[in-house]
Amino acid sequence: MLNTKTILAALALVAGLAAPAMAQDHSTPHIEKQSWSFAGIFGTYDQNQLQRGFQVFREVCSSCHGARLLAFRNLAEAGGPGFSEAQVKALAAEYEVADATADGGVRAAVAADRWPSPFETEQDARDANGGALPPDFSVLAKARGVTDAFPFWVFNYFTGYSEGGPDYIHALLNGYHEEAPEGFELADGKYYNDYFPGHAIGMGPPLMDELVGYEVAEGEAEVPLTVEQYSTDVAAFMMWMAEPHLAGRKQTGFVVLLFLVLFAGLMYATKRRIWQGIEH
Amino acid sequence: MSEHSTYTPGNAVEKWLDDRLPIIRFSKEHLMDFPTPKNLNYWWTFGAILVMCLVIQIVTGVILAMHYTPHVSMAFDSVEHIRRDINGGRMIQSFHAVGASMFFAAVYIHIFRGMYFGSYKAPREILWILGVLIFLLMMATAFMGYVLPWGQMSGWAATVITNIFAAIPVIGNPLLELLRGGFSVGNPTLNRFFSLHYLLPFIIAAIVVLHIWALHVPGNNNPVGVDVKDTKRDTLPFHPYYTMKDAFGMVLFLIPFAWFAFFAPDILGHPDNYIEFNAQVTPAHIVPEWYFLPFYAILRAIDFNILFIDSKLGGVIFFGGSILILFFLPWLDTSKVRSGNFRPMFKWFYWLFVVNFVALTYLGAAPAEGIYVVLAKICTAYYFIHFLVILPLLGRIETPRPLPTSISESVLGKAH
Repeated sequence: MLNTKTILAALALVAGLAAPAMAQDHSTPHIEKQSWSFAGIFGTYDQNQLQRGFQVFREVCSSCHGARLLAFRNLAEAGGPGFSEAQVKALAAEYEVADATADGGVRAAVAADRWPSPFETEQDARDANGGALPPDFSVLAKARGVTDAFPFWVFNYFTGYSEGGPDYIHALLNGYHEEAPEGFELADGKYYNDYFPGHAIGMGPPLMDELVGYEVAEGEAEVPLTVEQYSTDVAAFMMWMAEPHLAGRKQTGFVVLLFLVLFAGLMYATKRRIWQGIEH
Repeated sequence: MSEHSTYTPGNAVEKWLDDRLPIIRFSKEHLMDFPTPKNLNYWWTFGAILVMCLVIQIVTGVILAMHYTPHVSMAFDSVEHIRRDINGGRMIQSFHAVGASMFFAAVYIHIFRGMYFGSYKAPREILWILGVLIFLLMMATAFMGYVLPWGQMSGWAATVITNIFAAIPVIGNPLLELLRGGFSVGNPTLNRFFSLHYLLPFIIAAIVVLHIWALHVPGNNNPVGVDVKDTKRDTLPFHPYYTMKDAFGMVLFLIPFAWFAFFAPDILGHPDNYIEFNAQVTPAHIVPEWYFLPFYAILRAIDFNILFIDSKLGGVIFFGGSILILFFLPWLDTSKVRSGNFRPMFKWFYWLFVVNFVALTYLGAAPAEGIYVVLAKICTAYYFIHFLVILPLLGRIETPRPLPTSISESVLGKAH
């Protein structure tokens, strides 16, 4: 009873099931997909990259952007940047957090504390940034995405493409223009960016070449001090911040899938054996 | 159907129990000996797959509720807390979220299988109606569950969908306020949705019991659609034949399930839901989850007034009607032949209906502008024409192919 038409229809249904097709803003150039170490079924974070990304976040981004869900202790957890507990403790001690039970209402942070916000209130943040609110970084890498035109998004369900956030962040950080294109009215205090929805972004270009000095361990290759490199590193770090258990999840997933495929094979063999000799 | 019981209590304890609560007899009759047509194909395994989906949702949901905080200022962070700080929380949460999508994928296959093989026809009308009721409750449950993470799409979905009810004359506004627990979507909305989201799955489970009861009175339909004539030649006991086939189907279904849950848990959702709900900021596109898209497309397609009915109420009527019409399907299809395999014209219209439904899914996510608006109107019209014109007419003008006299005859006549 299973004819090819049935199968084709089922495939069409599956394709239809996956249809978050959305309007593509035609003035936005296509976002190039980067090759990330955490993509695919065997994806894991690159520890060195996360450490570099953390450095960019700490020295540049964190002066305006918070990360309220990131705890210092997370930085020492497996699958992350891989700092030692002593390093995290020392790092936390450099920051102050509000604590009503402490002398004077503030104390040095400990590993269990969350990343302190650069501004006390939303209004403070807006006042310091020309009315714009710098979004919190905690899950930002998953709150952004790349939309592919039909039929290309269909393939994403088979490749498990989940790196739209870091791809967008990388594109955004490299998408600034010193001057808006002719005919585009740019409001005061705004900057022109190819990839930002509406193109007028409140954040000035945050990165420039040689802004952050990477320390190179002996015998390791030199890492270029470029906007391209910084933006890739910080996008990877932001993905880790948003999805800290990605590596563990994928490792478990691989074992589970392997088991399911083998188990399905055994189940099929058993089913055939039971049904042997029965016309159906 | 108790005549097929072969149970005799094995010992004194079983005998004692059998005289008081014959639960072993009942289980043996319905879970083991139940005579099942021998020609059921793999589309029939989705019933068991759906039971598995419901169990997965309830088990993961109960665990999630242990860690979730239904309060507007804490809900978003508490879901993140589950993903970040709870042991295995990321996986439990993604099994629940992906599970909702897989549940709907399975239920759509199950419904379309029923439509092709005429499983709604006499004497299975009540079975079908209970199924539509389950589908309706699933939609309500999934919608309220989607609100709980309190992201931008959650809050705006709650706003848009509750707003639909305001279009109903006279009782619209009081109903809207009752659903929201206030004038706008806020903490009372989140609390009642959480409470109902926990309640409805158990009501679904209860109706599933009725659904299976209604199945076990006439027994299964089958791919050739002719009734069981001779239990010995046409049927097999449910166990071990169909327990095994269903179990294999379930394991197979878990493969794409695990693929999404482990490797792309967010791909079926929307990135905007990782931004906490803000009633002051409307997202550029408010898009429901994929499984609501066909009906959302119908809701949006009515953007014109029909006589004294304004477009908003018109949209609601068509939206509600597109689901309610399913309740009447057993009487709208006038053909006596169940299986689409023996209906040469119906076959074509069936697949046209499937394509139309997939197109509605696509259009539900497309922006409401240009060609999409026109296409959505055509597809909406065709959706209703299929039920109200094509199905009643087909039964009268179509000449079905000759039916096999029995299931066993069709099985033996099949080329291998």
